[in-house]
Amino acid sequence: MSAESVPTQTTPGAPAPGVASILRRGPRYGELIIRTVLFLAALLSVLTTVGIVASLLEGTLEFFGEVGVGEFLTGTEWSPSFTDPQFGVLPLVGGTLLITAIALIVAVPLGIGSAIYLSEYARPRTRKIFKPILELLAGIPTIVFGYFALTFFTPLVLRDLLGMEVQIFNALSAGIIMGFMVLPTIASVSEDAMSAVPGSLREGAFGLGASKRQVSTRVVVPAALSGIAAAVILGISRAIGETMIVLVAAGLQPNLGVDPREAFETMTAFIAAQGKGDVPTGSIEYKTIFAVGTTLFLMTLAMNALSIRFVRKYRQVYE
Amino acid sequence: MRSHRLPVLVAAGALALGVAACGDEEKDSGSGSSGGTKLSGKIAIDGSSTVFPFAQAAAEQFQAENPDVQITVGQSGTGGGFEKFCAGETDVSDASRPIKDDEEVPICKKEGVAYSEVQIGNDGIAVTTNKQLPIKCMTTDQLKQLWEKGSKVKAYNEIDPQFPKEQVSLFGPGTDSGTFDFFTEEINGEEGNTRKDYQPSEDDNVLVQGVSGDKGGLGYFGFSYFEQNQDKLGLVSVDSGGGCIAPSKETIQNGTYKPLSRPLFMYPSAKSIKRPEVKAFMDFLLEKQAEIAEAAQIVPMTPEQLTKARAALKQAETAQ
Repeated sequence: MSAESVPTQTTPGAPAPGVASILRRGPRYGELIIRTVLFLAALLSVLTTVGIVASLLEGTLEFFGEVGVGEFLTGTEWSPSFTDPQFGVLPLVGGTLLITAIALIVAVPLGIGSAIYLSEYARPRTRKIFKPILELLAGIPTIVFGYFALTFFTPLVLRDLLGMEVQIFNALSAGIIMGFMVLPTIASVSEDAMSAVPGSLREGAFGLGASKRQVSTRVVVPAALSGIAAAVILGISRAIGETMIVLVAAGLQPNLGVDPREAFETMTAFIAAQGKGDVPTGSIEYKTIFAVGTTLFLMTLAMNALSIRFVRKYRQVYE
Repeated sequence: MRSHRLPVLVAAGALALGVAACGDEEKDSGSGSSGGTKLSGKIAIDGSSTVFPFAQAAAEQFQAENPDVQITVGQSGTGGGFEKFCAGETDVSDASRPIKDDEEVPICKKEGVAYSEVQIGNDGIAVTTNKQLPIKCMTTDQLKQLWEKGSKVKAYNEIDPQFPKEQVSLFGPGTDSGTFDFFTEEINGEEGNTRKDYQPSEDDNVLVQGVSGDKGGLGYFGFSYFEQNQDKLGLVSVDSGGGCIAPSKETIQNGTYKPLSRPLFMYPSAKSIKRPEVKAFMDFLLEKQAEIAEAAQIVPMTPEQLTKARAALKQAETAQ
């Protein structure tokens, strides 16, 4: 794509007739307009982010005017709407982390496995068919996943097929199905990272007598590690922020336990359920929405920051 | 508790208005009940959140026929509603209990607000179980043991050895709901007194899914919602000292299903009922009470209750 590769007939220093108009002096209004429009587009997205953070902060600060930060972060009971309200966010954070962990146990091996298959083993034609289908999975609305978990996966697979004693709303079903929702994200981004590993590395390894498995696991995966890590962290962010699956299938019971057969409430499900109810604006129950929202935002932000650091630290640059 | 038919009705009303506005020949766009004269004005309603769906449904249907009447329906709770009503801020007050003689009546008197008590329907709460859970009747004390604040009951046989040794899995409405207030007050003795480790949802459908999905599922919600889902749920009769009574339209209407049934009221002020739009609205909602009650998922009135309600409304018109 560089300028050198374009065959040119003219000698340097003597511009071709067509180039003259580009080099003409004077203000270029078209350029100015395009620049302004593009700048505004970038500015708008930045302003949106700033606006969201500002609106979150306002409610959050009001919330912490009434409830101590220590009580919020270390309390073990969450019951903001009851007559003796308790504002310990730990059960919600615990529920979110538990379900996210279950989702990752499903999504990481399957996602990276399918990425390795698509990038290293699959014939080009198979890959051409498989990859779009995998990405189609990412296009399924999450509410559909939610009802799939509640009306199919919990009663038929977990209870009837596996004989497990699970509650109708439970973390296990929501987590596993969420894993399938996150899977295409992890698979697709990791596959991109593996495909970007230069062919010469593979050829070198094959030349030294390595088997296909050795090339995949000892050359390609380590070389693409920063991309794979970024894919996993992206998947974690999606899982933490996912709302519909947990709202529908995981229940609305704040629970600090670790038994995935029980019902849990996540931060996102709490926000959705609380926002849907008839909480009066300005009440403390209403402000909890912002406090939990900020907590969620900070967690995802930390994940994204971690992802950027990971990519920078482990990126291997070839050629 | 919310009806999905209402937006359609409103849309149909708006459409009718649009069509009427287009035709020059058609002068009268009202469909009968306004009797040729076009009603206009504002009606302010506030009060009980249990009556809210009924008042809201009535308002939307009425506005579909009388688009120039603006009706606002609030849900400050029965007490909050009377506070505004006695201060003369609202025309009609929704209530899930009669006005209190010792607290609220004097305030209304002092401010010179006369009114009358018009029943508009009946409210009943059904205690439901999973179909496989063999609990057919519970006393109010047993319900209290199960639901009261701090209750540690984990299996049903802890309440009564006759009950199965099944893990309890409880479902109920969220704290914003009038059903929650009513149940906690009647069963646990104090509004808002409840154990917290149950799954709350403002969406009755979620409660039905939960109760019917867990073997030990038990939950409470409005009787009408049970009626619509009775093939999926078991029903618990309630014994408040006089034997087991199952909730039904009849036992809720005549009050024998104790203590989880109650009449619902609207209080029009004597001053407001003299305005034609307020009178027309109250007449309208009594006329269509059965239909509106169904949309709002409350139990409609018996013919006798309706006759009494009409008489009470008449009385309001003549009150000073």
